[in-house]
Amino acid sequence: MYLDNRRPPITPQLAFRVAIMGGVALLMFSVIFFRLWYLQVLSGDRYVGEANDNRVRDIVVQAPRGQIVDREGRMLVDNRTALAVKITPAELPKAVPAQNDLYTRLGDVLNRSPRKIRNDVSEQLEAVPFSTATVKQDVDLPVVQYLMENGDDFPGVTVERVFLRRYPFDEVGAHLFGTVGEVNEEQLEGKDYRGAEQGDRVGQSGVEATYDRYLRGRNGATRVQVDAMGALTGSLSAKQPRAGRQLRLGVDLDVQRKGQQALGTGRRGAFVVMDVKNGEVRALGSTPSYDPNLFAKSIKQSDYDRLSDPENGNPLANRAIQGLYPAASTFKLITATAGLEGGLIDPETPVSDPGSLNVGGTVFKNAGGAVNGVLSLRRALSVSSDVFFYKLGLEADGEGEGLLIQRWARRLGIGRKTGIDLPGELSGLVPSPKWRAKVNRQGIGDGRPWSAGDNINLSVGQGDLQTNPLQMAVAYAAMANGGRVVTPHLGKRVEDGDGRVLQEFPSPGRRRLKIDSENREAILDGLRQAASEPGGTSADVFKGFPIPVAGKTGTAEKGLGRPDQSWYMALAPYPNPRYVVAVTDEQGGFGAETAAPAARRILAALFDVRGQEKKVVKGDSRTF
Amino acid sequence: MYASPVKQASGDARGSRPGLIGGLDFGLLAAALGLIAVSVYILTMATQDDVPGSPLYYVIRQAIYGAVGVCLMLIAARVDISRLREHQRAIYAAMIGSIMLVLLVGVAARGSRRWIELPFFRFQPSELGKVLLILALSAFIVDRVRRLGDRATTGRIVVLALVPALLVMAEPDLGSALVYVAITAVLMFVAGTKWTHMAALGGIAAASAVIVLLALPTIGVEVLKPYQVDRLTAFANPTSDPQRQGYQLQQSITAIGAGQKTGRGPEGATQTRLDFLPEHHTDFVFSVVGEQFGFLGAGLVLSLYALLLWRALRILTSAKNLYGALVAGGVTAMLMFQVFVNIGMTIGIMPITGVPLPLMSYGGSSVLVTFLAIGLLQSVSAQARSTDMAKTRELSTA
Repeated sequence: MYLDNRRPPITPQLAFRVAIMGGVALLMFSVIFFRLWYLQVLSGDRYVGEANDNRVRDIVVQAPRGQIVDREGRMLVDNRTALAVKITPAELPKAVPAQNDLYTRLGDVLNRSPRKIRNDVSEQLEAVPFSTATVKQDVDLPVVQYLMENGDDFPGVTVERVFLRRYPFDEVGAHLFGTVGEVNEEQLEGKDYRGAEQGDRVGQSGVEATYDRYLRGRNGATRVQVDAMGALTGSLSAKQPRAGRQLRLGVDLDVQRKGQQALGTGRRGAFVVMDVKNGEVRALGSTPSYDPNLFAKSIKQSDYDRLSDPENGNPLANRAIQGLYPAASTFKLITATAGLEGGLIDPETPVSDPGSLNVGGTVFKNAGGAVNGVLSLRRALSVSSDVFFYKLGLEADGEGEGLLIQRWARRLGIGRKTGIDLPGELSGLVPSPKWRAKVNRQGIGDGRPWSAGDNINLSVGQGDLQTNPLQMAVAYAAMANGGRVVTPHLGKRVEDGDGRVLQEFPSPGRRRLKIDSENREAILDGLRQAASEPGGTSADVFKGFPIPVAGKTGTAEKGLGRPDQSWYMALAPYPNPRYVVAVTDEQGGFGAETAAPAARRILAALFDVRGQEKKVVKGDSRTF
Repeated sequence: MYASPVKQASGDARGSRPGLIGGLDFGLLAAALGLIAVSVYILTMATQDDVPGSPLYYVIRQAIYGAVGVCLMLIAARVDISRLREHQRAIYAAMIGSIMLVLLVGVAARGSRRWIELPFFRFQPSELGKVLLILALSAFIVDRVRRLGDRATTGRIVVLALVPALLVMAEPDLGSALVYVAITAVLMFVAGTKWTHMAALGGIAAASAVIVLLALPTIGVEVLKPYQVDRLTAFANPTSDPQRQGYQLQQSITAIGAGQKTGRGPEGATQTRLDFLPEHHTDFVFSVVGEQFGFLGAGLVLSLYALLLWRALRILTSAKNLYGALVAGGVTAMLMFQVFVNIGMTIGIMPITGVPLPLMSYGGSSVLVTFLAIGLLQSVSAQARSTDMAKTRELSTA
């Protein structure tokens, strides 16, 4: 037969073309091979991470803040659960118009502007992309029920149970407890709020801020697996939230409450009750006060404006530590100490008080034109002779550098921060020649050089002196406890939920001053006489009061026709005082008129004196 | 020594036309069966949660398509393809007709009209069109082989190919249109069209791509749907917008990468199971292999395709006549193009065009047509062998 000629032998051209096809195939296989090698072998770990990021979501479980209790364990601040409306981004409509419709509907229900909701949500989602965004906290149950029943109209809207801070005594102790608010950018970066996460509510003022790291718990997280639609497909692990620690304060709720009542509503003032030995603050308040519950959820701007408006007395300000007041005659304790310890007088040195003192043509008079005759220190304190202390002021101005009173004021803690565990404390000012020269140089003074008159004014706590009730309490405490300048403090210890001690705060450091005990006793005697003996400035106020009190009135002149500021400093029980009470009322008039009666009511609560709560005895003394 | 086993085989072949699989290319058969088996296995793992209440929905169907496809292949292997050459006009008409029918009465799904509803399954004419185009165009080229250098011939080939390509693009089915173009290019290449013509066509193609993708949209004429442009350009910058087409690509790369060397296993393959990987039973089935069985599994699948393509090219070289060679070349082109474009798409080196992975992607039309095409290859192979046998017989009797 013949060779099959129908089949042309493969031509070189065809072989070449097939070889090219094979070459192309080989090339493509190599590209795919190396690409797979790169993706799976070289970068596999990265993509495992990406795949896990895809499917794993952490749902934050909020940890409740720790409670704050008083020294007896009585609840001062706790939490309540509230319902919060939130947005889950994965379930939100993708289209912008649909989102806007949703926000409009939501705005109608929640009574908020859709634009605000939109801004809030996008701000929060920008900060923490996969987390939920809060639209409104503390929503009423009927609203929540409406949202649930009409779930289809509200895609991506969820309701969560959240913990909100609760201050059961409203305005009582507001300045102590302080407020909470959402942690801000700066705080997240700083170290004071280490461990706080975006969206956490942290302490912003008061002990809520100082002890935030104890009060703030650690948020838990439920780690879940979701599918591509964001739907839950299973739970992977859960980290339990850890509630914040309980904080026990040295505060006595009864005294705190009475103190606030004693100041009265509509007044502007402050009070401090402190243990003279260790500086433990039993009560501290400022009026006008505010309701910290307003801050538990995000505070409204209008509320905030109202609370920080000077026209309303700036309720947010804590006058006990931020006030800048002349202490008036209560400062005489410091002048007396300086005079005695500086050797200008001894307790028995007789001084003549003819009712006025003429210094270079300027006449300094006693309040109310009183003429006290010849008296020594005890009597001078008791009747609050101004001339006696004018003379000390004048003498001190001529001695050495003329800073005797200033130095003793500084030593006793006036014009410097006390170091109390509250944020925002102001240091105040003890005027001196150096200070006056400085303000004149800076052009903020009145240009008048320092004169003996300035020192005379300082000797009776008038003029440029700026101090506050807490500083005065520290100074009086030092006199009462034998010369120890204590650091006032509120925090006592950290406990677990059952009250078991986890950490005791040691009493903060104290400075010790060397004050002759005879001098000290003379001053205390003088204060005791002021509150007990005929002619004593507050004797009528404390008449019949069962606890022996030593105290000093003060009346600061503000000038310009403004009402005088009333002061009272009390130490009790005499002769070995345990407590110091400081009270001031910016518009209270004479010390014996408002501050002293308020102090009496506070002391009554402090020593649990029955039948005294309602009793208000207005003193007749019209001394400064 | 060399001839005797072949002779032995020829004895069987000559008597009664051999048994069911006699005369077949075993490498090609093994690769095809291996791939459909892997496909069924992968779908078992990957689609168990896709249809609620019926975890084997896709598996059962794919297995049936596979079985029917194998039968189709065996039948096609017995067809004398030279006969088909005589019916080239009818074949071409059937192709155009069926594609037109889709445009008229087709079933739409996800924005495109590609299917004709049949009692048992949805028939996709653009898939069958791939094989029909190979058969018809090859026949046309064989008829004109002596005038292959003429511009008119090249022009006619291009027109014959462009008509169905543009029609399927109107469905729209960009992927199939591109396969048609690839088939045509390879047919011309294998037949020996002048380099100058090929270069000119290439230039025109490149220019039209630029016009369609860049120039026309800027003057407001849209040839491609926006999503198609999106898909074609997404691979260049996959993370630009995760909510759009780049998202699929990103998820696919993540799935494959997360498979690492040996894979995460069917249970651990969260990209697939939790639905992050879209179209994981069709276009992105290779990503599932990559995630579940890692570099090893992907390598195995690649090896099966390498075997398939090697055998196809081998058959191309052994074809006993030009028509057989062209048909083999067309089928090779069709398989090669789809394999590389699909896998390239899943690993981010090719645009997303919606081309299925032959024998792996779920889909009746694609599976059946691929088996049909492989059957044609087997037919070419069988003819070549019988010619070889005849030759051997001649030599031995001489």
